[in-house]
Amino acid sequence: MSLESILSILEQNWPSYLKGAYITLLIAIFSTIIGALIGLFIGVMHTIPLREKSFKSFLLKIVNFILSVYVEIFRGTPMIVQAMVVFYGIAAYGFVMDRFVAAVLVVSLNTGAYMAEYVRGGIVSIEKGQYEAAEAIGMSHFQTMIHVILPQVIRNILPATGNQLIMNIKDSAVLSVISVTELFFVTQTIASINYKTAETYLIACVMYLIMTFTASQLLRLFEKKLDGPKDYNFQPEKSA
Amino acid sequence: MEKVIDIRHLNKSFGNHEVLRDVNFSVAKGEVVCLIGSSGSGKSTLLRCINLLETPTGGEIIYNGENILDKNHDIRKHRTHLGMVFQSFNLFNNHNVLKNCVVGQQKVLKRSKQEAESNALKYLEIVGMDKYVSAKPSQLSGGQKQRVAIARALAMDPDVMLFDEPTSALDPEMVGEVLKVMRRLAEEGNTMLIVTHEMEFAKEVADRIVFMDKGVIVEEGPPSQVLVNPQHDRTKEFLKRTLK
Repeated sequence: MSLESILSILEQNWPSYLKGAYITLLIAIFSTIIGALIGLFIGVMHTIPLREKSFKSFLLKIVNFILSVYVEIFRGTPMIVQAMVVFYGIAAYGFVMDRFVAAVLVVSLNTGAYMAEYVRGGIVSIEKGQYEAAEAIGMSHFQTMIHVILPQVIRNILPATGNQLIMNIKDSAVLSVISVTELFFVTQTIASINYKTAETYLIACVMYLIMTFTASQLLRLFEKKLDGPKDYNFQPEKSA
Repeated sequence: MEKVIDIRHLNKSFGNHEVLRDVNFSVAKGEVVCLIGSSGSGKSTLLRCINLLETPTGGEIIYNGENILDKNHDIRKHRTHLGMVFQSFNLFNNHNVLKNCVVGQQKVLKRSKQEAESNALKYLEIVGMDKYVSAKPSQLSGGQKQRVAIARALAMDPDVMLFDEPTSALDPEMVGEVLKVMRRLAEEGNTMLIVTHEMEFAKEVADRIVFMDKGVIVEEGPPSQVLVNPQHDRTKEFLKRTLK
């Protein structure tokens, strides 16, 4: 392994590497966002207060049961297997999904299953007083969630979401099994042509690291921005 | 006098534990009523039943002539008529001071942003917190938080203000600033129902003192009677312990 050979691989293949990294990032970002939304939805559904026997609460129980089954299945099986089952399973019914779409679908469903637990925990951990104060001014459960609880939950689960994004950048490598042209797949292809396996993968390694490191830094910056300035204006805002 | 709140034979139990037993009690318009009694006497539960943060297990609560325990009664609308101040402030952590006082007006009362903000500022000025509009709750002291919480409740323009031990979670030097605001509200003729351990304050502002013990109202009347010349042994004993 020498620096020259690494540089020559880079010189010949940089557009492919960049394209692979781009697809990896796209999958990771889309899936994390969609997954977080799925997680929020499930977390909210799981924490709706049940009133005594009514058709609505019966319906809610069924929906929540189905959602729990989904969470258990996706948390309890490897993503690489899910990718095969989803892609080839759907293909068996004569419908060939776009590989990229299939990839985003699988990673999103995976992320959603994990995020659901974080969100549920986040909602449960908000002090009771926040709910009571919202109820006391006449807010509905839905309004309380939207205007008071979820903004706090989202802030609290942001670090977990960041972690998930970083995991998704790395774990999307398994999607090469359904031939999605992300970074790992591209690297495999390059190595199969030049036979310089170590050097070719080392480049991919550095590229993954750059992506994950940048992601974690950006997220930290975003968290700080959300928390707002440490000091506050001591003057009343001029109302126009 | 016109009764705003009229409670008849109210019962509340948590499982086997009876917290309120056949409580009969009313509040007239413009009246300031202080509920006193030792911890666990049911005074906070009584207050929380009035805006249905606790659901009574029996009896009636008549609010402006309507039974709010009626199944078809609009609970959320009822709550907008009552301003609630909690012991632990419970400001919305995700909103700044101004937004805390605006969000309910906008989302529940459907007021415009402009109207809600000018109304909020009016009350923030009354409690002396108008300079802190952009501060987050975490940046305020306990006394400041409680004053904002009072402004938040007032901004909904309620008919009755409910205070649940508003100074119990405060450092001693911050109690005064909150009581000062409450004194002003009392002087302005607001209808107020206050659960408190501040006997001096109660003596000064209350039109009526209600002493509760073990889930029942033992004695009620003007401060000069209940606090100075109590009739029941339990009241005497309680006052002896608290006034020492």
